Amino acid sequence: MSSQMLRVTEISSLSPLVKLFRFEHPDGTSLPLFSGGAHVVVEMPDGELLRRNAYSLVSDPLEGAGYEIAVRREDTGRGGSLYMHSKVAVGDMLRVSMPLNLFSLDLRARKHVLIAGGIGITPFLSQLKQILRLQVPFELHYAARSSAEAAGLGLLPDLPQVHVHISDQGNRMDLGAILSGQPVGTHVYTCGPEGLIASVDDTAARLGWPESALHSEAFLAPPPGAPFDVTIASTGQKITVGPHQSLLEALEAAQVDIDWSCRGGACGRCETEVSSCHGRIEHHDHWLSDDEKSAQQKIMPCVSRFVGQEITIDR
Amino acid sequence: MPRTEFSPSISSRPVYGALTSHGASPAIMLAEGPGAEALIELAGRDASVMDRAHVIFVPAGTGFGDTLRALNPKLYHEAPSMAAASERFTKALTDALMGTRLYLAGTEGLIGQASAQALAVGFPAGAIQSEHRGSIARLMQCVHCKGMTDNVTTDPFICSHCGLTLFVRDHFSRRLGAFQGVCVDAETPGIIPETQEIQP
Amino acid sequence: MTIQFNDETFRDDYTFFNTPQGIRRFPFPFDQDSYMYSVNLEPHDKGPEGTPFNVRFDVDEHYVSEMRDRDITLTEDPLRCQSLPHMELAGWDLLELIMTSKAKDYPDLFELHQDGDRWHWINKPLEIEQRFTFLDPTTLPCGPMEYITRQAQGDFALLDQREGNLWMDAGMVTSQADWSLDFDIGMNFLEWHAPVPGQAHDAKVFERALKFLLNLQQGAPTRRLNWTMTVNPRLDTSPENYHKWGPEKRTVTPDNVGEKQYLRVELQTLWRLPRSNAVAFPIRCYLLSLEDIVTVPKWGRRLHRVLRDLPDELAEYKGFTVNRPMIVDYLAQFDDGAETSPGIFPD
Repeated sequence: MSSQMLRVTEISSLSPLVKLFRFEHPDGTSLPLFSGGAHVVVEMPDGELLRRNAYSLVSDPLEGAGYEIAVRREDTGRGGSLYMHSKVAVGDMLRVSMPLNLFSLDLRARKHVLIAGGIGITPFLSQLKQILRLQVPFELHYAARSSAEAAGLGLLPDLPQVHVHISDQGNRMDLGAILSGQPVGTHVYTCGPEGLIASVDDTAARLGWPESALHSEAFLAPPPGAPFDVTIASTGQKITVGPHQSLLEALEAAQVDIDWSCRGGACGRCETEVSSCHGRIEHHDHWLSDDEKSAQQKIMPCVSRFVGQEITIDR
Repeated sequence: MPRTEFSPSISSRPVYGALTSHGASPAIMLAEGPGAEALIELAGRDASVMDRAHVIFVPAGTGFGDTLRALNPKLYHEAPSMAAASERFTKALTDALMGTRLYLAGTEGLIGQASAQALAVGFPAGAIQSEHRGSIARLMQCVHCKGMTDNVTTDPFICSHCGLTLFVRDHFSRRLGAFQGVCVDAETPGIIPETQEIQP
Repeated sequence: MTIQFNDETFRDDYTFFNTPQGIRRFPFPFDQDSYMYSVNLEPHDKGPEGTPFNVRFDVDEHYVSEMRDRDITLTEDPLRCQSLPHMELAGWDLLELIMTSKAKDYPDLFELHQDGDRWHWINKPLEIEQRFTFLDPTTLPCGPMEYITRQAQGDFALLDQREGNLWMDAGMVTSQADWSLDFDIGMNFLEWHAPVPGQAHDAKVFERALKFLLNLQQGAPTRRLNWTMTVNPRLDTSPENYHKWGPEKRTVTPDNVGEKQYLRVELQTLWRLPRSNAVAFPIRCYLLSLEDIVTVPKWGRRLHRVLRDLPDELAEYKGFTVNRPMIVDYLAQFDDGAETSPGIFPD
């Protein structure tokens, strides 16, 4: 995963919990362009820990002058967002990966319907720029608890296709209404809490939508859990994965060679064979099939964990 | 005529199953000849499938029209041929809303062409179902002149446009809705293998 | 870097030839004395100086004549270049990639001047000069993909990434080994590979390759080599014209096999495109006759062994079964049984 050191040139508050960060190349050279829905992985050197978090790009995909991301402070998270909010200042240099897109628009679509919950608004900000250039019909539905929390409000264009649903103002998003009456060739994109994604899937299924017209991105953070040991097949080395550390992070800290990309259980890049396993793999990814998960011969180190006596992975 | 079972082939060769009902979802149904039986059987499994169905039927010499009409679909239209029904079919597809299901029943030629038309107006592939009934004759595109020859039952066959003798491939284009025919005697002009009946 | 361009034909009188430099830099595909179909992807990074592996889009002595041959093919059959409507942005991405790469790798031959979105392109070998506005199709004589691939050797496919798959939704295909763009356009990765023998048995190989390509990143292109055999240095070996070039296969005799039988190698590269998120898939074709191959002793020995021992099904798929005995007999003269060094490069 290639990356470069970029300078933080701007930090601003979009809401009490959300900050916008702007990155530019220290030499002023243009950054690689991208497509709506792409994200970058930001490296945060936090003392002994090297954190890597994926953040959707909210800036214009065709604008190479800088990248912008919006980070929501999670006080009970693993610490990445806290680091960004409290330890990063304008002028700092951070390592930022090449943009990668696992949530792109279907360019054949006759219409795009975007459904965002909370911080899930972020990938749609870059997608909107792309949709406006395509000049095709679209709708954006943005659900947030309160106006104060609706961090994306200031970044949204003032257009009739943009609908904001603030629940503490009594304005709830009606998925049934949104998903009825859409013309053939419409694609739906959802980003937000898992519950929202599940609701969209259920409502769409009930209304007869085929799965190929539905796209979603869940911001999966590696879930914490009890610490566990893993044996590396090639060296026999045994490493311990801490409670708030992912297996991927533990392998990286132990200098074990492993490929990665999204770090969120979606892209399959870090898929690892399990040579032996006495216990239960806790799969938290969206990559392996149900059969593969029950066979327990593969694991996605970025988000999955293990409970049991022994597990050896093919690295 | 019962549903046809095709033997396994290369991954670009389409596979047809049995139609499954999506209840009273809006639906567009297109059938030709014995394909009507697939729709009749579908309604037999779930009568509500006809509640919001727009049925287009090409009898092709069969007498299923009355039975189909009696299933009481929301809209019923009988057409003398697929060509005559084509514009109506396209309009129904273009005006459809997401959630609409497409049910196709008949020969591979009908299924292929109808699917291609649907995909061309943005109808999602996942909302298209097909069941094969009737002749296993194929719609073939001649890779040389691009002409389509319908009702091909032998391998090799003669392109009805340019006259070359073509062998029948299982390689299928969803976009064109047809199989590929390639000159069988290109390397040995005039030497043509024995004609065989195409098997399912 | 100045290149002396050949004036040659790839059809009818077949005046095509390779200079000694052309022979030496040929991408011989076999790194050992036997061949098995594999994915064999490696980073398209660096390679020995002067070889096609050391530049992004290789330009060689055949450039000018190849583009002329492409034009003839397209005039006779415009369906060799097609782009489904949603692929225009990918076409612009490809245009940018090829123009910037060529201008950087061959500054004596190509120039690109960019002033915001006002671009000025100079192609000296083809005597083309074009001013246009990037992303504005009304400022080019034809679509961006067609425009630039008429100036770049090899075939090009643009693959749309969606639904966990890659879809061949645009292409310029005039030097293919026997597949039809018009038929295959719109197919996904597994479907367009359906005719490859063994796909049913080796489904895992294709699935792994697909997964790798879905994760391809910008700035990290990858490459592999593929090969077939062709009689005469013909670029247009399309299924569309099979009835025209097919009969040439049987004009090979023991006396002319060295001169008429060609090893045809494809240098395939794969690139992630920025604005469209599509994957560009150039397929660059190189032709070398048997009599030229054997001037490199290691290649003569190795090719003999590979073709002699190849499974029949593969020889059939590669299209040379009917001439195989003659080919193997001819090459046997140049195989003294000595050991060959590993790797593809001449000693």
